[in-house]
Amino acid sequence: MSHPAFRILLPALAGALVLALWYGIHFYLTAEMRFLLPTPGAILDAFVEHRGALARATWNTAQGALLGFGLAIVVSFALAILLSLSSLVRTSLYPYLMALQMTPLPVLAPICVIWVGAGLNSVALLTFVIAFFPLVVNTTQGLISTDRNLVELFALYRASRWQQLFLLRVPSALPYFFTGLRIAATIAPIGAVVADMNAGSSAGGGGGLGFQAVIYSAQAKYPALFATAATTCLLGFVLNAAVLTLAWLTLRHWHDAYERRDR
Amino acid sequence: MSAAPLVEFRNVTKRFGDGPLVLDRIAFAAQPGDFISLIGPSGCGKSTALRLLAGLSPVTGGELIVAGRTPDAAAADLAFVFQEPTLLPWLNVAHNIEVPQRLRGVPAETRAATTRRVLDLVRLGEKAAAFPRQLSGGQKMRVSIARALALAPKLLLLDEPFGALDEMTREHLNEELLAIREQAAWTAFFVTHSVAEAVFLSNRILVLAAQPGRIHREIAVPLPYPRTEETRLSREYLELVATVSRVLRSVEAAPGPDVSPPAA
Ligand SMILES: Nc1ncnc2c1ncn2[C@@H]1O[C@H](COP(=O)(O)OP(=O)(O)O)[C@@H](O)[C@H]1O
Ligand SMILES: [Mg+2]
Repeated sequence: MSHPAFRILLPALAGALVLALWYGIHFYLTAEMRFLLPTPGAILDAFVEHRGALARATWNTAQGALLGFGLAIVVSFALAILLSLSSLVRTSLYPYLMALQMTPLPVLAPICVIWVGAGLNSVALLTFVIAFFPLVVNTTQGLISTDRNLVELFALYRASRWQQLFLLRVPSALPYFFTGLRIAATIAPIGAVVADMNAGSSAGGGGGLGFQAVIYSAQAKYPALFATAATTCLLGFVLNAAVLTLAWLTLRHWHDAYERRDR
Repeated sequence: MSAAPLVEFRNVTKRFGDGPLVLDRIAFAAQPGDFISLIGPSGCGKSTALRLLAGLSPVTGGELIVAGRTPDAAAADLAFVFQEPTLLPWLNVAHNIEVPQRLRGVPAETRAATTRRVLDLVRLGEKAAAFPRQLSGGQKMRVSIARALALAPKLLLLDEPFGALDEMTREHLNEELLAIREQAAWTAFFVTHSVAEAVFLSNRILVLAAQPGRIHREIAVPLPYPRTEETRLSREYLELVATVSRVLRSVEAAPGPDVSPPAA
């Protein structure tokens, strides 16, 4: 099973099957209904035709997603340290964090627009809101799950609070942090696109992928709409791959999830 | 005894909160260079005694003196080897050994030199860059011991350090530990469940009884150092193992006279 040829062959086979099914459905539909599912070829053509608009939109969305994502990392890290200090702090603050997470993005969007104006600021802020929760929850959990024996070791050698935090608690929370980061990396681009639809601004070519989707839909440019969907998907993949690589680089030497064992 | 004792238990009692008495009027003095094993039924307070010595927990009654001071004030004079290797999994062997030195503010060059020396001492010189998960159980324990030795302690506390290892590894490490001690004469408190190990390592064995924990009997081990594999075959050694086993069995068969704490 683990033979390298299989790792290429199997996905390729699955891809071929999906393509066959795709074309099958397309040509099964009556000619006037075929717009429902453009062929991959037509979508590729749309990619080429609209490459300028798509590239600009991708860049705009990526900026919002990365800004929000980065802000979420910084703020969640600081807040997680605060939350890890005592269960009293956690009990007091968790309900409000939950409330923030419970409010749907399209409802938050107009509020954001009032506060920071439509466009990049709002997209970044909304992405922050959505990416922030899994990060803070996981990092806090990591910071309070430090091996008790190691805490004892640090107490024995009279480590200061700071030493305990930065030499012990933070590194041992890294696997938890990366779990949160992977979730955040998956939802951040989605959040940015939804935010763009609800709080974006196309002024001065500032529209993102969400905006582009609305336009293509209104203009009935369906292959371009599919191309936009594929681009959104690609953006999520790239961010995920970056996070996975970072996690691998950080944890590969010591975390069990990265241990290679021969059987 | 001519020299001033390094450790003195003066009628030390210990109780956690308002729980039962865990240690009852422990009176005992350790001379510099002593290797003292604590053996007794589980729950009799062996680990607690070490934690008191390390200043990780305060005594309830009596007085405990380490190097002429309170345990808390003497913290810089001791090192602790726990039952688990307690290595930081994200640091390699050398960096793990440096952790307590870093916590004590030892400068980097000194740390590096010390680390190299103690790694050679436990014969893990070529594992300096390895991560804990790449080591066997015995190797991890040797790193843990090296980490303690890097502090050049006067007093070394070991709480069942070899309890999780197989018999062969344990015997090897026992010999290694004594060989290392030839070069730096720390005083040791060593908690173990193994009578053979206690006899092989120590010059004094304290057999504790449980509920409440107290010293049932002290047994001297007059076997000369250095001790080697040969020692394990000697008649004196085997007789001592038999004696200590008998004493231990007698305390394990008869639990304490009084389980409830005495009325105040
Ligand atoms: N931190 C603690 N709080 C309350 N009770 C404790 C604590 N540590 C140990 N004890 C109790 O003290 C007794 C002795 O424990 P311990 O010293 O670990 O025994 P041993 O090491 O001889 O097996 C046990 O009954 C244990 O439950
Ligand atoms: Mg114990």
